[in-house]
Amino acid sequence: MSDIILEMSHITKDFSGVKALDDVNLQVERGEIHALCGENGAGKSTLMNVLSGVWPYGTYTGDISYKGEVCKFHKINDSEQKGIVIIHQELALSPYLSIAENVFMGNEQTSMKGVINWTETRSKAKEALAKVGLEDEDVNTPVNKLGVGKQQLIEIAKAMAKDVELLILDEPTAALNDEESAQLLEIMLELKKHGVTSIIISHKLNEISYVADAITIIRDGHTIETLKKGVDDFSEDRIIKGMVGRELTNRYPLREGDEYKIGEDVMEVRDWNVYSPDDADRQIIKGVNLHVKAGEVVGLAGLMGAGRTELAMSLFGREYGQKISGEILMHGKPVKIHNVKDAISNKIAYTSEDRKTYGLVLIDDIKHNMTMAALRDTFSKNGVVDSSEEILKAEEYKKLINVKANSINQNVGALSGGNQQKVVLAKWMLTQPDVLILDEPTRGIDVGAKYEIYTAINDLAKQGKAVIVISSEMPEIIGTCDRAYVLNEGQIAGELTKEELTQERIMKCIMQHNNGKGE
Amino acid sequence: MEKKKTVNIDLKQYGMLFALVVIFAIFYFMTGGKNATATNINNLVMQNGYVVILATGMLLCVLTGNVDLGVGSIVALTGATAALLVVDHGVAVPLAFLAALGIGLLSGVFAGFFIAMLNIPPFVVTLATMLMGRGLTYTILQAQTKGPLPDSYVQFGAGFFVTKHVPFGDGGKIDLITIGVAVIATVLIIMSQLKGLQTKKKYGFATNPIWQIVVKNAVILAILWFFCYKLARYNGIPIVLIIMLIVVGIYQFITSKTVAGRQIYALGGNAKAARLSGIDTRKVFFWVYTNMGLLAAVAGIVLSARNASATPKAGDGFELDAIGSCYIGGAAAAGGVGTVIGAVVGAFVMGILNNGMSLVGWSTDIQKVVKGLVLLGAVTFDILSSKKKA
Repeated sequence: MSDIILEMSHITKDFSGVKALDDVNLQVERGEIHALCGENGAGKSTLMNVLSGVWPYGTYTGDISYKGEVCKFHKINDSEQKGIVIIHQELALSPYLSIAENVFMGNEQTSMKGVINWTETRSKAKEALAKVGLEDEDVNTPVNKLGVGKQQLIEIAKAMAKDVELLILDEPTAALNDEESAQLLEIMLELKKHGVTSIIISHKLNEISYVADAITIIRDGHTIETLKKGVDDFSEDRIIKGMVGRELTNRYPLREGDEYKIGEDVMEVRDWNVYSPDDADRQIIKGVNLHVKAGEVVGLAGLMGAGRTELAMSLFGREYGQKISGEILMHGKPVKIHNVKDAISNKIAYTSEDRKTYGLVLIDDIKHNMTMAALRDTFSKNGVVDSSEEILKAEEYKKLINVKANSINQNVGALSGGNQQKVVLAKWMLTQPDVLILDEPTRGIDVGAKYEIYTAINDLAKQGKAVIVISSEMPEIIGTCDRAYVLNEGQIAGELTKEELTQERIMKCIMQHNNGKGE
Repeated sequence: MEKKKTVNIDLKQYGMLFALVVIFAIFYFMTGGKNATATNINNLVMQNGYVVILATGMLLCVLTGNVDLGVGSIVALTGATAALLVVDHGVAVPLAFLAALGIGLLSGVFAGFFIAMLNIPPFVVTLATMLMGRGLTYTILQAQTKGPLPDSYVQFGAGFFVTKHVPFGDGGKIDLITIGVAVIATVLIIMSQLKGLQTKKKYGFATNPIWQIVVKNAVILAILWFFCYKLARYNGIPIVLIIMLIVVGIYQFITSKTVAGRQIYALGGNAKAARLSGIDTRKVFFWVYTNMGLLAAVAGIVLSARNASATPKAGDGFELDAIGSCYIGGAAAAGGVGTVIGAVVGAFVMGILNNGMSLVGWSTDIQKVVKGLVLLGAVTFDILSSKKKA
């Protein structure tokens, strides 16, 4: 009954002496959705790169057998010829080209040699779109007019146009909101019905336990185990146990004890209104009131598009939006904040949800990144940088929040996502803020690093800082926050205390708010 | 039980310096030693002074990930302004220089305004200033060469610092002031190295192995003494060299030690992250281009002084020499990477090539081909070697 479409056996791959993969085995059955789980750096992506030919035959040892024949791929084209298509985390779309052009990029439909047959391109593109539930999209729309979720689906349509048999998705939902993620998972199940085999790499364990038929867990370059649906325990806790090698009885460190005290209001926002920077008539944030106390961790929950990031960035030196009105009070006194510099001097810090684009200078080292925001105020005299002080503080914070790197002179581009996030956090801790707004602080990082970030949040609360956590993962809000606001369509839909905080209550807030507007 | 903390010197940083020495050695053999004569060393400094000054300013533009195409024209325009004021209107030389610097500054403000405030791509804005600057130069000079310039003007391009010559060797002479300066520089270099080591020890930072520090300083001192000895045997220290050293010194300090310098690197590395870290990226862009205008004016004065006249074609193609110097000196086209010292070394690589090929007797046409190949080769090597490391 079991029909193995892909078997990778005894795969070993090293990078100048460091073994990224050590005797890894993977068996995928035809027509199943097979998930690869593991912490960042465990070797999942390397394994998929070996499979797709990014690492050509000969640079690794071990065998790949696909549909019964041994494969020796020398380049990505070789694997695509066989119907193996990999979709990477970073989308490979050309933003100004149309959907149809993107779907057939590198695979152009030609009539004569090199002359594109537009009729065929468009009609076949429509077919491919139908398979991913986008039959209503105009194939002539440039892809940059679509949201990230739809762009991801275009990638899949692109794979469908290549007659894919084995589809590999590397973190497909990392940039998607809950709704888009759910849609993508449904499409995967739909494709499965049509006989497409999929391998999915994801950190979102709830999605994996929902969609996968089998889960192979990789840790430190070794295969640990393969779990089968219906045979093994498929719960998130079980998967985490395999990934980290121990039971994480509590994924969220507790804040208990006398040293955690919630004090007075540190920041208060009154009647905050923001309009879209592109459209002066579209109001993005509507009359938001919120406050956060010293030593308190406050959540900002809501679906993607609810305006959480927009709210945070407009508060942080008006970096988002126009026609902003409202009042910010720090320690009970109104403050005027016109730009990021004002925000920093008023002791507000903001870490972006997109650390690579908005948080870090990837080509620079850890110490310069850590001191970037505090350079003028803390690390310089008369405009001259005190580099000794800079090194000392960077070393101190590297230890304090456990950045795993050889030295503070290492480029941050070479660090894993979790460690990059820690550098961003250190950067803002060094500005000595009273309020930290953390936007998706654990996006795309592994379970172990998440725990460390949560611990750092607790330490900040212990020091009496006020922390605002923005997160799309409701369990994270529930696990880390003392109180949470639910944001929906730019308005506060509700405020929930620690005791009231459950996923159901958050969703109910959103639903009621939606219904309330309908009446 | 203390762990020994040492790090190796980054060889790449000194690779171009090494290449400089090698190129010089090759031409030494090809010209039969002609390129190492005292006269020629003096010429090298004088011919490359303005390129070094331009490369220094250009490095800041390159660090932001852009270039300034207008500098060659601004060099011509500012030189023409100063020459015109002195020759036709009898304006005092210092005042004429001030006017030239003012014009340079204004041209920088003009470019900076469009780039920083209106978000027009620097390539387009400086292409415009390039055309406008050249056109204005032809207009005010009426397409004629303006000269000759008085000695008080010319000394800034072709003059020398005070000298004290004494007889030396077989009938020659040597300038004691230059030798004195070399001694002082040697002492300063050694002292600053020791102080740096002390600071590192005090804080327990990693240091380079002793032999590497010794070799590095020996090479630097050898080059210093070679230059100073040759200059001393000629006419002493050229004024251009002093101007050049002051400019390089100031900008090396700004880029490596100040908040302003760090902000330029941060902007070039990731403009969005820099903005969200409280850096006013518009301000940085504005000052980088304003500064470039000012330095172009300095180069314009030096060039017209050296030629003892201002010509409408002056500075033609200098922008490309300056940009090339930055890239040869290890700056990244995408921005965020590069050093002033690197750009200076790059400028001298170009200069020694030019000079050597002229001495060998190659035509300027062939010289361009070789310069192009060297630029391409240096950047290719740079990119390939950093790729291997990653």
